Amino acid sequence: MEIASETAKTLLEVLREDLGLTGTKHGCELGECGTCAVLMDGKPVLSCLVLGVEAEGADVATIEGMMQGGQPHPLQRAFADLGAAQCGYCIPGILLVAKALLDSNPHPGRDEIREMLSGNLCRCTGYTKILDAVEMAAKGRGDL
Amino acid sequence: MLRLPEFRYVKAGSLKGAVRALSDLGPDAMVVAGGTDLYPKMKRGQFTPRYLVSLRFLPELKGIRPRGREGMWIGAGETLTALCEHHAIKGIFPSLAQAAGSVSTPLLRNMGTIGGNLFVDTRCNYYDQTFFWREAAGFCLKKDGEICLVAPRSKKCLAVFSSDTAPVFCSLGAMAILVGPGGERRVLLEELYRDDGIGFLTKGREEVLRGVVIPRAAFGVRNVYLKLRRRGAFDFPVLGVAAAMSFSKENICLSARVVLTAVSSCPKVVEGAAAVVVGKRVDRTAIEEAAEVAARASHPVDNADMDYWYRKRMTKVYVRKALALLAGLES
Ligand SMILES: Cc1cc2nc3c(=O)[nH]c(=O)nc-3n(C[C@H](O)[C@H](O)[C@H](O)COP(=O)(O)OP(=O)(O)OC[C@H]3O[C@@H](n4cnc5c(N)ncnc54)[C@H](O)[C@@H]3O)c2cc1C
Ligand code: FES
Ligand code: FES
Repeated sequence: MEIASETAKTLLEVLREDLGLTGTKHGCELGECGTCAVLMDGKPVLSCLVLGVEAEGADVATIEGMMQGGQPHPLQRAFADLGAAQCGYCIPGILLVAKALLDSNPHPGRDEIREMLSGNLCRCTGYTKILDAVEMAAKGRGDL
Repeated sequence: MLRLPEFRYVKAGSLKGAVRALSDLGPDAMVVAGGTDLYPKMKRGQFTPRYLVSLRFLPELKGIRPRGREGMWIGAGETLTALCEHHAIKGIFPSLAQAAGSVSTPLLRNMGTIGGNLFVDTRCNYYDQTFFWREAAGFCLKKDGEICLVAPRSKKCLAVFSSDTAPVFCSLGAMAILVGPGGERRVLLEELYRDDGIGFLTKGREEVLRGVVIPRAAFGVRNVYLKLRRRGAFDFPVLGVAAAMSFSKENICLSARVVLTAVSSCPKVVEGAAAVVVGKRVDRTAIEEAAEVAARASHPVDNADMDYWYRKRMTKVYVRKALALLAGLES
């Protein structure tokens, strides 16, 4: 996809404002919450601290692209089944970071999940259900 | 939305080109690597460059070569994630892997580079705020104001040097490789710093860090990094202790380095603490004395998280723990 945007716009702003992809959420915009996480070339980054121009040529995955063939990703299914989201604001970022973890390490231990998600704040859940959901998705992903 | 102000983005094609751009564009230009320190500060009006020269795509700044002729080479553009996950770094310099792996969060570590970490701006509760906050509270010496709000009688800015990896590199005797308009020079990393919250770097404005070399002499030295902060992620250190020690077969301490972070405006090399243990079989008494000396050299002020007297007290606790770990008295 090609887009012309102002230099001073962050990737977060380009996604939300220029492309209308509002699944990526904005929180602090200072690198202090993780809610704006997207995957750049498979790695989770904070879209509020990347310029749009710095993403030129990169493969950027947002929550809008997480469904596969019209089906929810196993992580999305696990979050829904367990009720791991409350207000849901932090969840797009958390799902993408969890996806990056499972893509590189399909069977992470609880501590590895906790460590990988340590950069994503959630104001509602208390985290336990979120960790449970990632663990559940990892256990049930025989096909991935 | 907290937006970035207008600026021009210069994508350097080579390291030489980046240095030339810095010279040509003058004092209104800054380099940007990962942007994780720079962009938040631009959003808050703490940095106001008109031009950003990006180092992001420069191959000269990439690469980790663990066993070079001189020692371990680490390119300034390598990410903190690359460092903390590197097999040889974890094996030879666990303190470096610990420090890099303790910076903020996994997301930020995928973006932040080692060059940016070594030159990360000094911090202060009165400075690391939005423009709106600072305007309301009154600007400070470091940006836009005339007095230090922490110590109004201080002529010097007391913002705190808070890099996690800088004290570790200094404890291992690392050399910095800088490229400027006059070519390349190498300097002991610790000489790049001075105890001044504003002018905390001694390097020239147009000099770019190409990489760091940890000398061969440091291979085989036991090393550790301990960090104090409120939360296990996100937070900068409010105290960091990097320690490195070598021992003879008879378990006599041959060399020692203790370097503190977040207790002044530069990494603090505590030579006195090292002098206490060198030449001795290191026991609890020697460690206690060394920790006492380090705590005396630690001068936190009331401008970061946690009480300053607590951070000073914790210097002793953390240095004691670090040295005991290296001496094999604790695990
Ligand atoms: C929420 C949050 C938490 C943080 N927590 C920590 C922490 O716990 N510990 C810690 O140490 N830091 C922390 N940081 C600060 C920062 O993110 C890191 O220090 C990071 O490593 C900076 O690297 P960067 O590449 O993003 O630097 P940039 O933002 O790109 O640059 C930082 C500074 O270094 C200069 N610079 C960068 N590269 C070079 C080079 N090669 N040569 C010359 N100058 C250069 C830039 O001009 C700029 O002045 C945190 C930041 C945030 C936003
Ligand atoms: S919006 Fe908070 S880290 Fe990006
Ligand atoms: S579910 Fe509300 S912030 Fe996480």
